[in-house]
Amino acid sequence: MPPAAPIAPLLGPALGLSAVLFTLGVAGVLLRRNAIVLFMCIELMLNAVNLAFIALAQLQGVGGQIMVFFVMTVAAAEAAVGLAIILAIFRHNQSVDLQNVNLLHG
Amino acid sequence: MTAPIIGLVWVVVALPLLGAVLNGLIAVLRPQAKSAVSVIGPGVLVGAFIMAAAVVVGLAGLPPDAPQVVRIWPWLVAGRLDVDIAFLVDRLSAVMLLVVTGIGSLIHIFSIGYMRSDEGYARYFAYLNLFVVFMLVLVLGSNMPVVFIGWEGVGLASYLLIGFWFSDEQNAAAGKKAFLVNRIGDFGFLVAMFLVWNHVGALDFSTVLGAPWVPGGALVTAVTLFLFLGCAGKSAQIPLYVWLPDAMAGPTPVSALIHAATMVTAGVYLVARTGLLFAAAPLSSAVVAGIGALTALFAATIGLRQYDIKKVLAYSTVSQLGYMFVGVGAGAYAAGIFHLVTHAFFKALLFLGAGSVIHAMHHAYHATHSHDDAQDMRNMGGLRRYLPVTWVLMWIATLAIAGVPPFSGFFSKDEILGAAFARGAAGQPIYYVFYAMLVVAAFITAYYMARLMAMTFHGASRATAAEREQLHEAPWSMTGPLIVLGIGSAVAGVLNLPTLVGGHAWLEHWLEPVTGIATRLSGFRPVAGNHEAVLVGLAVLVGVAGLIAGFRATTARALVPAREAAPDTGLARLVYHKFYVDELYERFIVRPIVTFSRVFLWRIFDQGVVDGVAVNGSARLFRGIGWLGSRLQSGQVGLYIVVFVVGAIWILRTILG
Repeated sequence: MPPAAPIAPLLGPALGLSAVLFTLGVAGVLLRRNAIVLFMCIELMLNAVNLAFIALAQLQGVGGQIMVFFVMTVAAAEAAVGLAIILAIFRHNQSVDLQNVNLLHG
Repeated sequence: MTAPIIGLVWVVVALPLLGAVLNGLIAVLRPQAKSAVSVIGPGVLVGAFIMAAAVVVGLAGLPPDAPQVVRIWPWLVAGRLDVDIAFLVDRLSAVMLLVVTGIGSLIHIFSIGYMRSDEGYARYFAYLNLFVVFMLVLVLGSNMPVVFIGWEGVGLASYLLIGFWFSDEQNAAAGKKAFLVNRIGDFGFLVAMFLVWNHVGALDFSTVLGAPWVPGGALVTAVTLFLFLGCAGKSAQIPLYVWLPDAMAGPTPVSALIHAATMVTAGVYLVARTGLLFAAAPLSSAVVAGIGALTALFAATIGLRQYDIKKVLAYSTVSQLGYMFVGVGAGAYAAGIFHLVTHAFFKALLFLGAGSVIHAMHHAYHATHSHDDAQDMRNMGGLRRYLPVTWVLMWIATLAIAGVPPFSGFFSKDEILGAAFARGAAGQPIYYVFYAMLVVAAFITAYYMARLMAMTFHGASRATAAEREQLHEAPWSMTGPLIVLGIGSAVAGVLNLPTLVGGHAWLEHWLEPVTGIATRLSGFRPVAGNHEAVLVGLAVLVGVAGLIAGFRATTARALVPAREAAPDTGLARLVYHKFYVDELYERFIVRPIVTFSRVFLWRIFDQGVVDGVAVNGSARLFRGIGWLGSRLQSGQVGLYIVVFVVGAIWILRTILG
């Protein structure tokens, strides 16, 4: 008999990759000023979370997989709205540098 | 057991209330419907008088020491506090009930003629009816809060009627003055009520008077002194008498009803009602008598040099109220109430007689387009030819107030003098001083009344020929009540005919169940018969001497109309200006308070502390906090994200750690 397949193959590497991706996303959001790049970093964070959900779904059941669909839906909606806002900012400022977007300061 | 008629005592109050409402509606909706007002206004009063008489007859048929409490409805019920709207029908309130509705009816009828041509006729009767309502509540109240409603209510009605012709600023100011001075007294009444509540835990008279007060104790002394402060305000005693002479700005029948016969006697009534407390506080009683004697003498002195006929009578009222307070202060509560009753007759008569004179003078001036003062006695003289009925009746009242037998004032004033003397003889020599002051005041009273009569009715007329043609006696609706009051002034003394002349002191026996215990407790002992005869003789002598002296002194001088008269000089000027008491109050009380209010209360406290620190200060504080918060809203998305991430990590740490 082959050795019993592990209950959750590749769980450790998957969670590790997820953590690396999430950290990259956070670092990008914190450090970059270009709205498009920032936006992509947010997507990166969302997908890192998705990866963690999928990996853990092996142990916790189907709930994690369902949650991934919700996250993707929200991400799609967010992309639509976010890109529209960035487009509007670009039309207004002729740039997507967030340094210049401060009309709502107190 | 209760006679069923006594349960209907509320009708006595409800009738004038109905009149006040109806007349008030007429005043608002149909001010010209004077005939209806003439029926409703006096009608409800006569009805109330008949009802009151029925109640008193019902009361007379009951055992004497059974006061009847008629509960109308429960009013204040909260915790230990349980106050009913309830009326106390006993022999004391019965006397007041008859005086208020009886004299009130006559004055209402007199008002028909006196006020008929006034634009505010309906409004006048609405106020007058309202006054009677509150006065009845005052005398009938079976607990202190109900009495206080009446107490405040008569103050309100008095204010409204003093300022009845409010378009003249002086009248409005007089009303305001009366109201404000009375507030000081009301404060005393309230504090007394608080003290009683704190000590006894109840406010109805039977419980309060029956409570175990320590005789001569600090508490009962404080309660009675505060009560007397209230009485001094309402009954115009030193130092709060100053509002009453100014109150003459109101229509003359109002002066007769409110500021002579009824409202101003409320203080005397209250002292008699709470007589058991005053009897337990000898110091307070002495203060009451002392203030009374001082006021009697002081006010009478001012009356000597007044020229306004109503001002003379006003100071006379203040003075006579002083007599009543000496009576109740000396423990002779029945004597005080007796003088209250006879005074109601003769002073109402004097005021209405003066009203009749003013009415005639005013009419004459109006017809001849003169602008002279219709109330200045220097413009009168010789009026007996034109107003014979008023003249005779005024003399009756004058003899009564001067204490000439057998007129009513003689008996009542004599009892008070006797009471003061008796207290002196019973080992309190200070009452001898009060007695002496009252005797001097009696002389002055007779003097200024004779002066008033001489200046008004005797001597040569100082009116012009054209004015003389217009002078005539008032219509029957005015002389009728005068005649009734004249009869009362002449014979009301029989109510309490002293045993010295073979009477039975009927009023004293009638009041015995209410005031008898207090009188005995106060240490009052009547003087022996032969002493009494001497005292009576002295009092009569003083009164007659005052009358003759006053009459002689006034007719001896050549009087000139007010516009030609030289101003008074020296002492006469001092008295004419009422010893400048108003000016002293203005200088030492009113102005410091106004200055303190303006500088400290307004500028420093209101504008500085309330507005500056509290209102604007709190606004400034929150604007500052808001400004700090707004610094975070830099508009830099990057900063927001940093904060967000830091916050998220911190929350995770908290949850997981």
